[in-house]
This record gives sequence, C-alpha cells and structure tokens, in this order.
Amino acid sequence: MKQANEKMTILAAGLVIGVIAAALVIAGNPVNMGFCIACFIRDTAGALGLHRAAAVQYLRPEIPGLVLGAFAAALVSHEFAPRGGSSPITRFVLGFFVMIGCLMFLGCPFRMILRLAGGDGNALLGLAGFVLGILCGVFFLNRGYSLKRTYALPKLEGAWLVLIQAAILILLVMAPAFIFFTEAGGGPGAKHAAAALSLGAGLAVGIMAQKTRLCMVGGIRDAVLFREWKLLCGFVAIFAAALAVNAATGNFHPGFAGQPIAHTDGLWNLLGMLLAGFGCVLLGGCPLRQLVLSGEGNADSAAAVLGLAVGAAFAHNFSLASSGEGPTANGKIGVIIGMIVVLMIAVANTKASEK
Amino acid sequence: MIDARGRSCPEPVIMIKKAMDSKAAEYEMLVDNRTALENVTRFAKHNGYQVEVTQDGEAYTLRIFK
Repeated sequence: MKQANEKMTILAAGLVIGVIAAALVIAGNPVNMGFCIACFIRDTAGALGLHRAAAVQYLRPEIPGLVLGAFAAALVSHEFAPRGGSSPITRFVLGFFVMIGCLMFLGCPFRMILRLAGGDGNALLGLAGFVLGILCGVFFLNRGYSLKRTYALPKLEGAWLVLIQAAILILLVMAPAFIFFTEAGGGPGAKHAAAALSLGAGLAVGIMAQKTRLCMVGGIRDAVLFREWKLLCGFVAIFAAALAVNAATGNFHPGFAGQPIAHTDGLWNLLGMLLAGFGCVLLGGCPLRQLVLSGEGNADSAAAVLGLAVGAAFAHNFSLASSGEGPTANGKIGVIIGMIVVLMIAVANTKASEK
Repeated sequence: MIDARGRSCPEPVIMIKKAMDSKAAEYEMLVDNRTALENVTRFAKHNGYQVEVTQDGEAYTLRIFK
C-alpha cells in the first residue's frame, strides 16, 4: 500500500514538474529549456563573468529556487543533515566532466526529457548514450564502486551552497554593473520568464524533488540494478506532461534539423550524454539531484555542483560547448578526456573497495 | 550486522542485495539517512522480507526478516 502511494506521489510530482517546465517556456524561457540544470548553471557562471560567452549570461533564479526549496523541505521534515567527506574532490572532477558532456549534447538529463517532449529527435541519440553511460556506471557499482562514506559535519559546512544561492538571488535583485546579462535578442540568456515566476517554479520543483527523491539518472539505474521502477515513474511523468502541454500549445515539432538550441551530430549527442550518464551514476545522481542534496546539507554534492559550474566556465572559455551549428573540435577532445578521467575514477574506486 | 552508515544510495541497497545472496532468514542493517531507510525497506519488501525499524538519534537499525 505504502509503496503504491510512493509511486503515485512521484507520478503526480513528475506530472506537475513537466507542466511547470513546459509552462516556463510559454512564460519566456528558451524553447525546450523550461528547466535545464546544466544550461542554467552555465548561464549563472556567465553572469558572474566566469566565462564571457555573451549569449548565455543570466542569473537563472530556478537554480537558487531548487536549492532553497529542497533546503526548506528538508528543514521541515528534519532531514537537513550536514555531512560530507566522501571523496569531495573526485566529486568536483566528476561534476566538471558531467558538465562537459552535457554541453556537448546541449542539455542536462532533465532537458533531454524536455527536448524529447518537444519532438527533438536528436535527444533520442542523447537518450541512447545516457542509457549506455548509466550501464557503464552500473557495471562498476555491481563490482563494489564506492566513493566511501560521509561523516557528520558542522551546520555551516552543510549550509554553504544554500548561502551561495541566496547570494545569487541578492545579486539578481540588485543587478550591480559587474554582473553580465545577455542583451535582449542576444541569445538564450536573454530569454527568461519573470524572475519571481522562475524562482517560484524552482522552489516548487525543489520541494517536490526533495520529497520524492526524483532523479533522472536514478530511474534507469534502479530499474537496471534492482528492477525498481519508482524513480523511473517520475522520469516518464515529466515527459508525458511536458509532451501534453507542448502538443496543446503548438510547441511540439517532431524532427531532427532546426531544433531549438540543438545540433544534429548524432554520434556526439550520444557520446556527450554517455559521459554525462556515466559520471552521474558515479556521483550518485543527476545534476538536479545534486542540487537537491546540497540543499539537504550534503557538502559532497555541493562540491559536485561547484564542479558543474567550473566545468561550464571552462566549456565556454575553451570553446568546448556545442552550438546549433554542431560540436567543436575542442569539445570532442574534452569529451574524450572526460571519458578517460571518469573511467579512471570508476576503476580506481572499484579496485580500492575490493581490498 | 551490515553497517551502511554514511553510505549514499544506491550503495546501501547494493549492500543488502549482495548480502541477500546468502538467503539468510534475518539480517540487521544500520543506515543514517532517510533515503537509505526508504530504499532498503522497499527493496527488502519486494524480496519477501519484513522490516522493523528502530531509530537511535540519526541512525536507524533495520531488522530484516522473513
């Protein structure tokens, strides 16, 4: 009975989150990008001047919303528990390369679902790569891969990412001259819903994701590992709801060419998401889940989030990120290096735990 | 006693899954976060076990039995 309830809850949450994501596009966010953790962290890194790609600079309130929403939900249910110490620098590096993979594909696993729901066929290759990456991760999990245990930490240590997100909100409201904002018509960074709406959406999704443990990687991972379908229900519900809203509002355009903020290089769409999926399994969750865990006081996840942000900055400073025209030569090298590094991390932490 | 304190999911579930290969009638397991508690409980019930939980501060002791 209780387990049936769990599935209904995450189905309902997934449906609401899918509707919110599709509605954010109607409210002004870029098409098929109502939510994208990778893109929004990348835009935020740009707004802070960590990269200077003028088209993608905005302090996206959805990210602080997610973390603060998860933080509030965790406080209420007494689940805010500052902890860390489970290989934080390894998690930083994994976060870095997950971002390189996401920006090769042009989206995190969450946006991959939204792109599928918008009819973007290129995301099918992303999904294929994502599943392959998860299978790579599961291979090592089954052989004892572990980044070792966490320990309880002082409250402030668990609160840093929450405080940083609050500071980003303050910067958004004050908009000092040193913050970069994409000029109107200058690219995806200029396309955004009203800040209060974005923040509200982030808070709502953060609360629901904390309650349901929603994770885009966890769904497929748990289905393969344990024949456990709960998290996958959330994944499918987001897709179904976003698809329904897109179809009803004329935002569903099936095809491969000319898809919004996407490219048609199938091989690199696949390899980008393979890297992201593999890295996320080694991290224990997708970028969205890392934000939620940070809100619960997990300092290791906070390290992963910082890795994502630094990865985004590098991706644009060194021309690793793809564009609508396709992947870059540097980006391909970045993804290959990422695969080697992630594989090294998997092997090293699997052997180590066999001793 | 399986000590999964400090382990993040899916690790605690993998630990109990591996332990269940021995087909014992009873296991005892320690976890220290609610996600692990929920996931291990769900996995045990799916595999025909019952679960009794006692909480001691931040740690939960699970008695998993047939």
